[in-house]
Amino acid sequence: MATQPKPGSGPLDYGSRLWLKILFIVIYIMLYVPIITLIAFSFNTDKRGVVWRGFTLDNYTKAWNNSALIEAMTNSLTIAFIATIISTIIGAMVAVMLWRFRFFGKGTYEAFMGLPIVIPEICMGVALLLFFNVSGMMNFVVAMPWPLNLANIVIAHVAFCFPFVTIVVRSRLVGFNRQLEEASKDLGASEWQTFWKVIVPFMMPGLVAGALLAFTLSLDDFVITFFTSGPETVTFPVKVYSLVRRGVSPEINAASTVLIVITVVATIIAMKLQAPEKSGKG
Amino acid sequence: MDNWKDNKNVFWTLAGPGTFWLVMFFVVPLAFLFIMSFGGKAIINGEMSITEYDYFTGFGNYLRSLDPLYLGIMWKTIWVSAIATVLCLVTAYPIAFGICFAPERWKPILLMLVVLPFWINLLIRTYALIAVFRTQGYVNLALGTVGLGPYEMLYNNFAVIFGLVYVYMPFMVLPLYATIERLDKSFLEASLDLGASQYTTFLKVTVPLTMPGIVTGVILVFIPCLGSFLTPDLLGGANAVMIGNVIERQFKAANDWPFGAAISFMLMFATFAALMLRAFIASRSRGVDV
Repeated sequence: MATQPKPGSGPLDYGSRLWLKILFIVIYIMLYVPIITLIAFSFNTDKRGVVWRGFTLDNYTKAWNNSALIEAMTNSLTIAFIATIISTIIGAMVAVMLWRFRFFGKGTYEAFMGLPIVIPEICMGVALLLFFNVSGMMNFVVAMPWPLNLANIVIAHVAFCFPFVTIVVRSRLVGFNRQLEEASKDLGASEWQTFWKVIVPFMMPGLVAGALLAFTLSLDDFVITFFTSGPETVTFPVKVYSLVRRGVSPEINAASTVLIVITVVATIIAMKLQAPEKSGKG
Repeated sequence: MDNWKDNKNVFWTLAGPGTFWLVMFFVVPLAFLFIMSFGGKAIINGEMSITEYDYFTGFGNYLRSLDPLYLGIMWKTIWVSAIATVLCLVTAYPIAFGICFAPERWKPILLMLVVLPFWINLLIRTYALIAVFRTQGYVNLALGTVGLGPYEMLYNNFAVIFGLVYVYMPFMVLPLYATIERLDKSFLEASLDLGASQYTTFLKVTVPLTMPGIVTGVILVFIPCLGSFLTPDLLGGANAVMIGNVIERQFKAANDWPFGAAISFMLMFATFAALMLRAFIASRSRGVDV
């Protein structure tokens, strides 16, 4: 006769199976050990970064005093900042357009908007490299003073960031009650006033989440920047790439840790804003 | 929803900038690349020019990409991506399954922990893997304490496959989680009640019902693997060249842009073939949201 299963050992209580728990722990360890060791060893005194020799902040001071690294970081943040503003504005505009209007070939247009997301990054990178060279924009832009010499990279980043903003903002707009818009117009507000006073405040959580997404995407991008930057322009990932090719150093760990903290904080804010229980109030 | 003709000014103002940007800085560059893929180095005064190109020289670049050397690299790219995708599926399925059956309060945290590494810079994650696997790395250090090694773990196919699995795993977990979460658990109970073993229930009930998530996850991992450049470049080195590395070399060191353009299009064709396969599978399983 079958015995009564104890609580937690029923046929569907997979969550309490030992093998699944062990597997979980193993995979989470695999995911996090490399990142945690990277962060931990940014505080290590050992130059070769292999053995733990003691706690220090020297690597951070060294990274901070490394002008090439700081220049690369400044470039990356500047690019991400400008690209985020442009992507958020045009991405949100396209989202409002797609939400509000029906038009011939809308499905095709949406697929077209999704293309930069599905196409291999390297293809987009080399296409832009070719385009900037043939059109003469590369030579023109590279000769300009900072920050205008970053224009090519910003243009490229906007091209792959704003479709993501469109997706995020559009999913926010789906929950919008169009009667609010009608009420606003009935009460005498113009198209423009309705947009600013009714639609934009409602979109705000989506706008912030989309902007943060664009910011992280831009800050993280290596492949497209690698191809579209001129020989003199270096961003943080491009700099790290050239350093990594030469070997491992605790200075890179320190700089990487700073970047990890920036992106993780931005991501957590974005996730909080998108959490369903918060989005209803807008 | 309004008809666009009712308010043309608003429509064009909203659609204009985005459409312009995408056409100008995405479609036009790709068109340039497409034209370039049929081009070749110009011959000026009997010498091959370094900087000038002829626009149409035939299908030579595409024919050259079918050379056994490049076909071999393409084939290798496909199987490395395929192995990485299968390994992703095998590790992500229990993870997604476990999260769905985990206590309610643990779910968001467990899910967040899977997704979080995805937000960390790809380059930094790859660098972190190098530090773990290099000859003086932590794995070898740990092996050394028990008298093993050191082993050369970087710069081979193993390192590339491991790197790809490590980097793209969140793409597999999320769609799997979404479908398993929606799966009606009473089907599993019914199957078990009717005498099927856990194993049979998994193969005959759970897997078929979560197939849409499996297909989406496989595509989401397989496509970026095909086009990956950084992972094989840093973890594979010269021993594990993938198609992305060939493209990069043509545009940088080898300076043969027309050939690089042709290979880029071969890669894009492969990507679209994978996407069309997904659309085909989706249309066959009508009613199920893939």
